[in-house]
Amino acid sequence: MNIFAHIGRATLALLGEVGRVALFLKDALLQGLTPKIFVRQILEQMMRIGYFSLPVVGLTAFFTGGALALQIYLGSSRFNAESLVASIVALGITRELGPVLAGLMVAGRVGASIAAELGTMRVTEQIDALVTLATNPFKYLVGPRIIAAVVTLPLLVAIADVIGIMGGYIVGTRSIGLNGYAYIRNTADFLQFNDVSSGLIKAAVFGFIIAVMGCYHGFNSKGGAQGVGRATTNAVVSSAILILAANFALTSLLFAD
Amino acid sequence: MAEDYIALNNVKKSFGPKHVLNGVTVGVPKGHSLVVIGGSGIGKSVMLKCILGLLQPDSGSIRIAGEEVVGLSGKARDDYLSRFGMLFQGAALFDSLSVWENVAFGLIQGRHMARAKARDIAIEKLGQVGLTPEVAKLYPAELSGGMQKRVGLARAIAADPEIIFFDEPTTGLDPIMADVINNLIVDCVKRLGATTVSITHDMASARKIADDIAMIFKGEIIWQGPAKSIDTSGNPYVDQFIHGRAEGPIEMDVLKP
Repeated sequence: MNIFAHIGRATLALLGEVGRVALFLKDALLQGLTPKIFVRQILEQMMRIGYFSLPVVGLTAFFTGGALALQIYLGSSRFNAESLVASIVALGITRELGPVLAGLMVAGRVGASIAAELGTMRVTEQIDALVTLATNPFKYLVGPRIIAAVVTLPLLVAIADVIGIMGGYIVGTRSIGLNGYAYIRNTADFLQFNDVSSGLIKAAVFGFIIAVMGCYHGFNSKGGAQGVGRATTNAVVSSAILILAANFALTSLLFAD
Repeated sequence: MAEDYIALNNVKKSFGPKHVLNGVTVGVPKGHSLVVIGGSGIGKSVMLKCILGLLQPDSGSIRIAGEEVVGLSGKARDDYLSRFGMLFQGAALFDSLSVWENVAFGLIQGRHMARAKARDIAIEKLGQVGLTPEVAKLYPAELSGGMQKRVGLARAIAADPEIIFFDEPTTGLDPIMADVINNLIVDCVKRLGATTVSITHDMASARKIADDIAMIFKGEIIWQGPAKSIDTSGNPYVDQFIHGRAEGPIEMDVLKP
């Protein structure tokens, strides 16, 4: 096989996919996020995307905060800089690990379920049925999921920040033996509004990515159970990669000075 | 001669190199019931989806009550769709909603009716298809195939549509349940005075519900006439189909052993 043909085909396939996502995005924004707004659907999705993700995101943040504290202590104790543990844990959690890990966990949990649900609705003609009942599927299905994800992800990350720092505090005071009062003092003094807000902005963007990729792959799934399975995998993989890429872009943008 | 209520003129639709509809021309007078017969995978569903606007025809015109409907969008399309009811092949009930919410969906979302009133209408429509009010509280997954079809029928007639489409209403049902559904279709259509288009390959069903029958083959209507004359059509394709013979002018793409 000709290697150029391979490269060409792969490039065309990629560009075609980017184009299809862009067209989907246009419909999602122009149709899904304009009136009429389905309040009941938005609340239900907030429950499913936000509230039910709390345990997973909380546990992730807790253990990550703990591991971070341990590693930073092991590293910084080599040159007697143990007092830095609290501030670096707080910085790492709020700026990077909180939003990224929460985003990835929610991508796995919620992105997959959105793609599977909409994919099943697609292959069983439920989405066509919506249209015949004079209901725009972008308004009824896509819009509420995007709104709910964009609103709840920052809330999840705010909670993850607190739990992550708490994880660092527990490891720092119990197993490393740092002073509890000083730990909290260091965190509160060092942390700036910008550190937290940048993480929350990232979270909103990640929520958008998760909802859009889940809906896109669900909407375009075909061919029964196998098609829905593929849609689910694609939704999780593509949103995870986009989250990591967007995180890099946002970090360079938000902290460029 | 007055124009037919539903008039398709030279409608063409291709998917890539595959020409599914090769210029379909067919008309249905107001209040009539047209049944389109034809083998599997020869464009019956595509034709219905073109009329509904779920697919855009490549060329040709579709006129409903004298108005061109190809290319409608936004509000005009919603208004147009609100005159339709459709029974899907797999019923396509929303499995996240209870039976009565399914039936009332078009009334609540499309016509902004109060939930309590919509619920009363839904229960009345369920009664018309022979289901008791107790069924209204169940979820689609708890129903048998025949009951799901009946709920789908109740949903299709809930908003008193002028036009109803039936996509293989009896496929997958036992002969007795199929006849029950056929009777319900005839009753409901008579009660509403609706114009209907059905697609099926079940000849018993076609004979029961049709005023006119059209046969589609290779993307074209090859015969159309009153249901009574189907046995004396003199068309070898029609004869082969209604008698279900493997030998004849229609050749299946089956490898001979």
